[in-house]
Amino acid sequence: MNSHELNDRYSRQERLPEVGIDGQKALSGARVLIVGMGGLGCPAAQYLAAAGVGSLGLMDHDTVNLSNLHRQILFRENDIGQPKAELAKQALQRINSEIEITAIPDWLTDENAVELFESHDLVIDGSDNFRTKYLINDASIMTDTPWIYASIYKFQGQISVFNYQNGPSYRCLFPTTTNRNVSCEEVGVMGPLPGVLGTMQASESIKMILNTGGVLSGKLKLIDLKTHKDQLIEIQRNDAEIKKVKHRGIKIEIFRCSLDSGNTFYLDVRDPFEEPQLDAMKVINIPMSRLDEKQSDIPDDQPVHVICQTGKRSRQAIEQLQTKYGFTNLVNVEGGIQAIMKKNKQETHA
Amino acid sequence: MSITVKLKYLGVIAEETGKAEETLELESNSADVASLKERCYETYSISDRDSIQVAVNHQMGKVGALKDGDEVAFLPPFCGG
Repeated sequence: MNSHELNDRYSRQERLPEVGIDGQKALSGARVLIVGMGGLGCPAAQYLAAAGVGSLGLMDHDTVNLSNLHRQILFRENDIGQPKAELAKQALQRINSEIEITAIPDWLTDENAVELFESHDLVIDGSDNFRTKYLINDASIMTDTPWIYASIYKFQGQISVFNYQNGPSYRCLFPTTTNRNVSCEEVGVMGPLPGVLGTMQASESIKMILNTGGVLSGKLKLIDLKTHKDQLIEIQRNDAEIKKVKHRGIKIEIFRCSLDSGNTFYLDVRDPFEEPQLDAMKVINIPMSRLDEKQSDIPDDQPVHVICQTGKRSRQAIEQLQTKYGFTNLVNVEGGIQAIMKKNKQETHA
Repeated sequence: MSITVKLKYLGVIAEETGKAEETLELESNSADVASLKERCYETYSISDRDSIQVAVNHQMGKVGALKDGDEVAFLPPFCGG
């Protein structure tokens, strides 16, 4: 690439009065951490790399699988099985070789969050579970780092900027949740939805770096790609929630579901990060992706109740175990953990 | 005297109520956010009542009396990404 082409790279955005030469310098000096390189993280990272954000941290513990490809647009068929963080780094470096990109193939935890947040100016939430969202929230308050939240459900999305210039935090909106994780795997999601939300997260990040104003702080934007009935809802800062975090530090939200298990043996086929965790006397965890490797750990001398979030994956698991390994003692927990939670809840409220 | 309020259900709540929105007539002297929530939870099987947040006329966290023409949105947290 010759120097003329290099100078040309940002010319279309530099022409905007909000950017200019100084704005471009601000972008190249900015450090953004993206937690989760999935449906949200991929488009967000792509636009930030292309815009010349100088330093990007890409965090994801996971590897690519075929069902990711319809929405996680940085990955290709021959990437399957390889770590997302490293692959995303390579893909983005091909878009912009002039920026610094760090792959962090790890979980965000209460042990690494504060140090990571302190070395970045802002954080993009590309996570897909409540535990991580509350962790991001608390670490952002501890380190005074703004973050851009987004979440998706089927055709609907939520996006807001938290902890920005004395604005509200995620706990001001949802102080806690009793909700279980409902993953894209379970309920389905339209591919372009995280594309829209992740792109908006990139846009908010750029506005924050450039100080353009109009940042989505104190407001929750609700998007519905099916009906186009979008809404903008005002959120108030709740000082008590923020003080609580400052005082106690990071609080890991663990969601549990208790099973009236007695002697029942459960096989939980969900991934290890999925919530709620099960409280049961006898339970083994073997995620779908490791069934073949670990099938010999499953007892065959007593009934085993196979469970997942909604009963779909557990049914698949049973089919797989019966056909391939001849298990005859497997029972599906219809409706899965969601149905049990609903039942528990109704009993509590009755 | 009765008032009319418009309810909007988001995310999984719309599936549990079987509708994205509805209009309700309420007695004006007893119409407030808490009783509306209670009425909704009695009518429908809502799985996660404790984490639902309610916005009145696009403002989150409003409590107290409702007036004619108010729009009330029931919002669950979601976590997909």
